[in-house]
Amino acid sequence: MRINCPYCGNRDVAEFSSMGEEPAKRPDPQQADAQTAFVDYVYLRNNPAGPNKELWYHGQGCRQWLRVNRNTLSHKILGVSLAAGGDQNGK
Amino acid sequence: MKYSLFSLAANTLTKHKNWKPALVDAHPKAKYDAIVIGGGGHGLATAYYLAREFGLTNVAVLEKGAIGLGNVGRNTTIVRSNYLLPQNGVFYQHALSQWETLEKELNYNVMVSQRGVVNLFHSDAQRDAFARRGNAMRLSGADAELLGRDKVQKMMPFLDFDNARFPIMGALLQKTGGTVRHDAVAWGYARAASELGVDIIQNCEVTGFEISNGRATGVQTTRGTILSEKIGISVAGNSSMLAQMGGFRLPIESHLLQAFVTEAVKPLIPNVITFGAGHFYVSQSDKGGLVFGGDLDGYNSYAQRGGIYTLRDVVESGMAIMPMIGRIKLLRSWGGTVDMSMDGSPIIDRAPVEGIFVNAGWCYGGFKATPAAGLSFAHLIARDEPHKIAKAYTLNRFASGHIIDEKGQGAQPNLH
Ligand SMILES: Cc1cc2nc3c(=O)[nH]c(=O)nc-3n(C[C@H](O)[C@H](O)[C@H](O)COP(=O)(O)OP(=O)(O)OC[C@H]3O[C@@H](n4cnc5c(N)ncnc54)[C@H](O)[C@@H]3O)c2cc1C
Repeated sequence: MRINCPYCGNRDVAEFSSMGEEPAKRPDPQQADAQTAFVDYVYLRNNPAGPNKELWYHGQGCRQWLRVNRNTLSHKILGVSLAAGGDQNGK
Repeated sequence: MKYSLFSLAANTLTKHKNWKPALVDAHPKAKYDAIVIGGGGHGLATAYYLAREFGLTNVAVLEKGAIGLGNVGRNTTIVRSNYLLPQNGVFYQHALSQWETLEKELNYNVMVSQRGVVNLFHSDAQRDAFARRGNAMRLSGADAELLGRDKVQKMMPFLDFDNARFPIMGALLQKTGGTVRHDAVAWGYARAASELGVDIIQNCEVTGFEISNGRATGVQTTRGTILSEKIGISVAGNSSMLAQMGGFRLPIESHLLQAFVTEAVKPLIPNVITFGAGHFYVSQSDKGGLVFGGDLDGYNSYAQRGGIYTLRDVVESGMAIMPMIGRIKLLRSWGGTVDMSMDGSPIIDRAPVEGIFVNAGWCYGGFKATPAAGLSFAHLIARDEPHKIAKAYTLNRFASGHIIDEKGQGAQPNLH
């Protein structure tokens, strides 16, 4: 598997670490159901078999966090963008 | 039919042409008292104990492919109970004691070999940690022995004791640990369950649940709808997929774990050896191949195949303790999809949907658990209450804070 880093170009997966699927928005600690919302946020996962929006860290390259859309069945990379500055749709 | 020396002799006389199939290839009925989804080691064991311990024989095991081709047939066959936390220690020690009598019980040779598991240590700090673990194991009823360097050297003279970076200073030994023939466990449980009247239905993929008024009443499958008031999910790496069908989420990520086998050589590795300074463990199969593995590839995957960089890392770790393996040829490698939970410990509990039960989160270590997981899951399904050895394996421990995190890694499954 190779990931096309926006800074460094196409690099072997061994240079990166995966943080898993991108979590939903962090809940507001003040909201009424904050306790349940945080348990969901920290522990529960969709864990899809197919396209998965993930966060990866290019530790042995530019040290940037990346948003990677990757198919967990085929390992095909469907899109890569910088996590910094973008929203959750990669914009 | 009972397997024995007599049945072997009798069948030899008829040139082995009259052996009966080990299990009935069943067709789905419209309704069962209980359904177990997944014909891996755990699902088949669950069905067996439902029939044997709890008198439920109108039971079906639904397997999407053929039994024994999931993780139960892909693992590196190691059984042990060297855990630190009491919740795990007691559970896995129970499993180990079940292995000791399983062959007699199932009338099937699953090749239980208590050859010992040796965890090497390479620093003073690690010796202290292993001594503590050994004490914890003894408190949970397991056996543990701290070995000095000379004892290890006597047992395994071929190790690189004076490696400059990771000298071998000693080891923690669990004598009763060892290996069990993995796929034989699937066949053995399947045959015994089938004999007790359980329907083992292959090529029957579950594609959804029948749910009415918040209660599960059956499953949709590629071979039609099958009704049951009690449905157990035991699908290892596919747990989240089944949860999705039921409309809930699990504290689980599916990850990739690889295993490697070399060409066969004469008896070389007397037991199971693990490297303490990297991730590498090895044993030798009865055919003579060295069977070894290491870390997860590290990213979510359902692909059942992994990358070459993991192989490189595992082999480098192997070379650090056993330079002699540098000349052996690797024959095969494969991957399996493991259900990594958020604290590295399993879940045997009711699902958020009434009528559905979950057995999942076995990570890379659920093979050794098979008999105890089957017994506990059957207990839960039959009696609707947890077995005493599995009380801690609840889903709500993540909400209540009672997590069972052996390594203290937190909710990052690729680090467990
Ligand atoms: C490479 C590797 C090495 C390992 N080494 C060890 C080890 O040394 N020691 C140890 O203790 N553990 C080890 N494990 C872990 C162990 O193999 C698993 O934890 C254990 O086998 C999981 O339980 P199981 O046998 O029931 O799983 P499986 O055999 O995977 O059973 C699950 C079954 O569910 C079926 N299924 C999935 N979805 C559906 C559906 N929708 N409908 C119907 N059926 C479905 C699958 O086809 C599969 O047969 C290892 C795992 C791997 C991958």
